[in-house]
Amino acid sequence: MNPVIDLSRDLPLARPELLLVAFALIGAVLGAWFKDRIFAALSTLGVIAILAAGMLAVALNPGAAVQIFQGALVVDGVAAFAKALIAIAAATTLALGADYFTTTKEQRFEFPILVALATLGMFVMVSAQDLITLYVGVELQSLAAYVLAAWRRDDARSSEAGLKYFVLSAISSGLLLFGSSFVYGFTGSIHFDAIAAAVGEGAGGIGLIFGLVLMLCALGFKMSAAPFHMWTPDVYEGAPTPITAFFAAAPKVAAVALMARLLYGPFADITAQWQQVVAALAAISMVWGSVAALIQTNLKRLMAYSSIGNMGFALMGLAAGTEQGPSSALIYLSLYLPSTIGMFALILAMRRDGESAETVADLAGLARKRPWMATIFTMLLFSVAGIPPFAGFIGKFAVFTATIDGHLYWLAILGGVAAVVAAAYYLRLVASIWFAPPAAELQSPSGAIMVTALASAALSFPVLVLLLGALQSAAESAVRMSFF
Amino acid sequence: MILLARVSARGENVGYDNGVKLLTLLITIGTFAASLFAFAAFDFKNPEYQLQESIPWAFGASYAMGVDTLAMSLVMLTTFLTPICILASWVIEKQVSSYMVLFLILESLMIGVFCAQDIILFYVFFEAGLIPMFILIGVWGGERRVYAAFKFFLYTLLGSLLMLVAIIYMIAVAGTSNIPALTAFAQGGGFSPDVQIWLWLAFFASFAVKMPMWPVHTWLPDAHVEAPTAASVVLAAILLKMGGYGFLRFSLPMFPDASHYFQPFVFGLSVIAIVWASLVAFRQVDMKKLIAYSSVAHMGFVTLGIFSGNEQGIQGAIFQMLSHGIISGALFLCVGVVYDRMHTREIAFYGGLVNRMPVYAAVFMLFTMGNVGLPGTSGFPGEILTMVGAFQVNAWIAAAAALGVIFSAAYALTLYRKVALGNIENPKLDKIADLDAREWVQFVPLIIATLIMGLAPTYVFDFTANSAQTIISQFAGAAQ
Repeated sequence: MNPVIDLSRDLPLARPELLLVAFALIGAVLGAWFKDRIFAALSTLGVIAILAAGMLAVALNPGAAVQIFQGALVVDGVAAFAKALIAIAAATTLALGADYFTTTKEQRFEFPILVALATLGMFVMVSAQDLITLYVGVELQSLAAYVLAAWRRDDARSSEAGLKYFVLSAISSGLLLFGSSFVYGFTGSIHFDAIAAAVGEGAGGIGLIFGLVLMLCALGFKMSAAPFHMWTPDVYEGAPTPITAFFAAAPKVAAVALMARLLYGPFADITAQWQQVVAALAAISMVWGSVAALIQTNLKRLMAYSSIGNMGFALMGLAAGTEQGPSSALIYLSLYLPSTIGMFALILAMRRDGESAETVADLAGLARKRPWMATIFTMLLFSVAGIPPFAGFIGKFAVFTATIDGHLYWLAILGGVAAVVAAAYYLRLVASIWFAPPAAELQSPSGAIMVTALASAALSFPVLVLLLGALQSAAESAVRMSFF
Repeated sequence: MILLARVSARGENVGYDNGVKLLTLLITIGTFAASLFAFAAFDFKNPEYQLQESIPWAFGASYAMGVDTLAMSLVMLTTFLTPICILASWVIEKQVSSYMVLFLILESLMIGVFCAQDIILFYVFFEAGLIPMFILIGVWGGERRVYAAFKFFLYTLLGSLLMLVAIIYMIAVAGTSNIPALTAFAQGGGFSPDVQIWLWLAFFASFAVKMPMWPVHTWLPDAHVEAPTAASVVLAAILLKMGGYGFLRFSLPMFPDASHYFQPFVFGLSVIAIVWASLVAFRQVDMKKLIAYSSVAHMGFVTLGIFSGNEQGIQGAIFQMLSHGIISGALFLCVGVVYDRMHTREIAFYGGLVNRMPVYAAVFMLFTMGNVGLPGTSGFPGEILTMVGAFQVNAWIAAAAALGVIFSAAYALTLYRKVALGNIENPKLDKIADLDAREWVQFVPLIIATLIMGLAPTYVFDFTANSAQTIISQFAGAAQ
């Protein structure tokens, strides 16, 4: 570790994060001055800033891992890959939200700033190279998210969602800190490289594992893996829909990438210890996410359980413990994102009297009212259900391959069964769209929403599936650079 | 050829109702013509895969296509029946263009299943076919269509996902996803007998559901009854054949030891299917349900033939698959004809149709005879050969299967007697009209095909001979 920070080297590599900081601070000042009049301008600027940060992260990706700020952050392949995904997801949901809040007249200038801050937190998470940055990143992301969840101050459900999220998440942050202190205590360092070296020499023993498990539980909470998922349905239901879309997309990538970094970095030498824990998290999430979703009638609660189940599949990839593990999880997430964001865009698009669709029954007869929207929705549903030829199948294929490669056969078979159960509730939506007689008239959707939906549909089949080779090699080389 | 079908499936979105129907019909006829050209370019003395194309993809898989004689014959069946299905769909009145687009997508996926040279690609086509079928049943089906569509989808999906796990395992071990390469790997003893048993069971889960074999056949009567006529035809004639195709393409050549090991098990299930499904068919009050159970029984003959593993058995099974495709398809069309007129499939509603619809009665008669397996129709050679094949392995099994033939005569002839013969008792039938020109056009190619296959089965046997030989040697070779 350099005792002195070499700013001329480190600052340029941190440009994506600095850009987000600059946007958030300047935006806050401007907002204080101009108030909500600049909502539209700030949102547009926010989308541009986040996308630019993502592109910068990819462009700055060095050929090998580079640690900056005395080893607090690392710039490497996985960080760049995850940042690109996070930026795309955050920018899209920001655009959706700006569009939605314009129609609902809730144009408060803090929205783009909070999204940018949450994105910054996620960028720090995926780049974290010691326990302190890890915690700071997680907290920055979470704090912005609490405020977003409680966005509708006058609405009891939204306030409840924010409060619930805050209290439960605070407990998990406590667990994270508690676990980190164990790890620090038994290895003598907060830096991942030093921890890896100590673990490699056999330091720690039961205390280290105790700390690791606590940290895994906390991260499981953040990514809403069962059995730490309880907050998810309530928060998803209570928060305004575009904010739910935001929760369902970007933070998942950050949490999975962070978990991958932790497991395959400092704890790579004790794979056998954590593999069972991660496999159990994956198994419970897949099964519970699928089964509990069967009885949901509220669309957002259903999407919450769907995201729990999907996190289970991503964790299944991570549990493999081989080189394919993290890359399959990244591939899974990059194919899961477009389906999820696209579905939320369509849910937002189905507005009646200014309210977006709430229940499964609201989808009824979409095929006859709006055949194109119905077709896109169906494609996305089949994609997220993992039915070929859509992108979601490839994601499932990748994680199944990794799992079998890691000899976790029971997990693969369980995953197969869970996928069938999950297909049942996605089919319920398809059935509602196609088979049921039309419900009340819809308002015509806005441009930004339809563009997002169309783009995600295009990603769910023709583009991502046909150009899959590129995505796969990108994920694999990123993982190889970072961990192997 | 597949590309053509896919392009046409995508391109078709404009126009309405009759225009759409006509366009779809032309496209499917065009596809059939294309498959005839492919057939002409095909050298059927050559046991290798032919007409190959390959575009690399991810995970080491590639878009690899090619056909051998087994695949070619099933592709011909598919492209032959689809235009007829489109004709039978002329009565569809709601959401016509969606229906036709789904049908074209379904056709291209079915062709894809038979042509795929890459096991991942095979799986993609195999699964993707569920989507259009699910929507076809669910939107245009009968009263309990939603239930039937779900049952169909989930049953098949569960089997398929177990197969997917096995496929991934095989790729991980063999390091290739190319079907001929995998077969060669398996033939070289790549999978130990213990492993084969697990893999065989996973594949069996998928194909047995698709086939469908007793006791996982219960989705079929529901799906058939609720599906619109054309979807029933496709379901019976082509989708069920994917199961048999899968057994012939994967289970026998890749897991020969396990196939030997499980031979008595499959024989047992097949015989139960034949006898039990025939008896159940006897008690049905719904015409479509009766034919659906008869399909289960006929598929029992196919599995019997396939797993007897000798030349008669396998040739007979392939023949039976093709013949059942035509005959059961035609029978569903026959039901469709009266259903379109009277909107009921209840057997008791009808009676004495011969008095008002003599031509229809004659056509129905022919296909009923085909279903029974009367010599001279295409139903006969397949049935007799599968029984000969099974007889060489186990005489008792063959004897029990022969019992099924008698039962099939019983239920099929009873159905015919109740529907077509006698006097008209139901006054609603007084005005029922005979076949119109469109229905004529539907039936004529099927009648010709049934008679040709029945009277001169050697054409088909010669064509499929080398595929059958290859499979037999692969099955027998590794068993030593």
